[in-house]
Amino acid sequence: MATESTSPPFVQFDDVWLAYNDELLAQNNFAVEAINLNVSQGEFIAIVGPSGCGKSTFMKLTTGLKMPSMGRIRVDGQPVTGPLKVSGMAFQAPSLLPWRTTLDNVLLPLEIVEPYRSQFKDRRKEFEERALKLLETVGLGGYAKKFPWELSGGMQQRASICRALIHEPKMLLLDEPFGALDAFTREELWCTLRDLWQAQKFNVILVTHDLRESVFLADTVYVMSKGPGRFVVQREIDLPRPRDLEITYTPEFTSIVHELRGHIGAMRKPGATINQ
Amino acid sequence: MKNRKQLERWSPMLLLVAIVILWQIITSAFNVSEFIFPSPLRIWEQTLEHKATIAGHAWRTFWVTMAGFGIAIVVGVLLGFLIGSSRLAYAAVYPLMTAFNALPKAAFVPILVVWFGIGIGPAILTAFLISFFPITVNIATGLATLEPELEDVLRVLGAKRWDVLIKVGLPRSMPYFFGSLKVAITLAFVGTTVSEMTAANEGIGYLLISAGSAMQMGLAFSGLLVVGAMAMAMYELFSFIEKHTTGWAHRGSQSA
Repeated sequence: MATESTSPPFVQFDDVWLAYNDELLAQNNFAVEAINLNVSQGEFIAIVGPSGCGKSTFMKLTTGLKMPSMGRIRVDGQPVTGPLKVSGMAFQAPSLLPWRTTLDNVLLPLEIVEPYRSQFKDRRKEFEERALKLLETVGLGGYAKKFPWELSGGMQQRASICRALIHEPKMLLLDEPFGALDAFTREELWCTLRDLWQAQKFNVILVTHDLRESVFLADTVYVMSKGPGRFVVQREIDLPRPRDLEITYTPEFTSIVHELRGHIGAMRKPGATINQ
Repeated sequence: MKNRKQLERWSPMLLLVAIVILWQIITSAFNVSEFIFPSPLRIWEQTLEHKATIAGHAWRTFWVTMAGFGIAIVVGVLLGFLIGSSRLAYAAVYPLMTAFNALPKAAFVPILVVWFGIGIGPAILTAFLISFFPITVNIATGLATLEPELEDVLRVLGAKRWDVLIKVGLPRSMPYFFGSLKVAITLAFVGTTVSEMTAANEGIGYLLISAGSAMQMGLAFSGLLVVGAMAMAMYELFSFIEKHTTGWAHRGSQSA
């Protein structure tokens, strides 16, 4: 599954297995199995699969919130031994703090992660400007002083993504970030994310069950099977960039979505074996 | 619409006035003896007559209650913080605390008298014992019901448990805290008064007992009136503070 690049992979999974506790480990009951993965610097990957297939487990492994039972994970050349500070996360629920304004919510990571943490008091003005600029780019320019409950769901999710990006992480992890939004807002946010990624070229790992979303945004789509949770398909998306929403109506796009849908459909049939 | 809002605001006052008038009518109409059940007018007269005495006792009850309540806030917050932030402490302390809370606090007064003698000691401690529990429970609940996603967002950044508690846990439990203060302050007045009834020579509780044994029913009732008024005033004060510090948690009722 190696990608053809000369630089070393940014995220590297080497035969990773994870059981949630020792009891499950003894029964050989793994949440994810035999994960091999090489993601190159700046690559946008999407992971799709049925719910409960271990996508979120995969995210926890990548961020170091969970340690693998077997196998090795390296991120940015370093073995993962604990929570990584080079990543930002956003979930389906925006989970903004209601007692903080949008601006203060976005600034939260800088109050925690080093080296910003110790400089926070002295460089607050500068950080605020950075946050305002970021909010501007996602179309929340006038909403910095508003509280989260004064924003719509889509706006809250934009703010949540800003919070994940404010400390300029090398890797952005998104766990079904647009799942709770209506179709139009979701497509708007696809474009917002595309533009942010295009401008800053951080790594993105997007977990989703929306196939169109994965094909539109990602360089590579991985299909995950359920019980055991493994990667069963790796599909390079060779659509030209920059991609416009119009591309989602082209036959090439549709045929890729169709193909991925086929893999998932095959998995959902009981007793099916996947040849890949 | 505006009239309706006004009506709603003044409704407690109107109800109070209505009850007082009804009370006066009944006691006058049936000519109820003032030794059994004094009329509002009689209570008012006696209140004015003894206002210096009542004020003295009321002040004593007030500051004793506030002292006990102050200790309750400190202990309640610390204990709540401890059991809300550690699963082990929660498991260990909670059942015992529930059992303790089920004990009638008036039953502690004789013991406290043996330890501290007649006076402010038992009163302060009774006020404390009766009012720290709701504070502890609310702080602990606020801390323990943190959303796991939010915790992940911070832990990915390398946040320690302490960071999560300070940045998210504490602010998040503030509405619970202020809500509990409103309950706790009224309980604290109950504690002080109960204790003063048997273990003090001053305070509203003492006034109630001595007025009762001297058959001065009007005075006894004015004592009750004063405790009620003080508790209500403090409740309103904390309610005001709550609205102005944690408005974000009450946006539903504000916009409605």
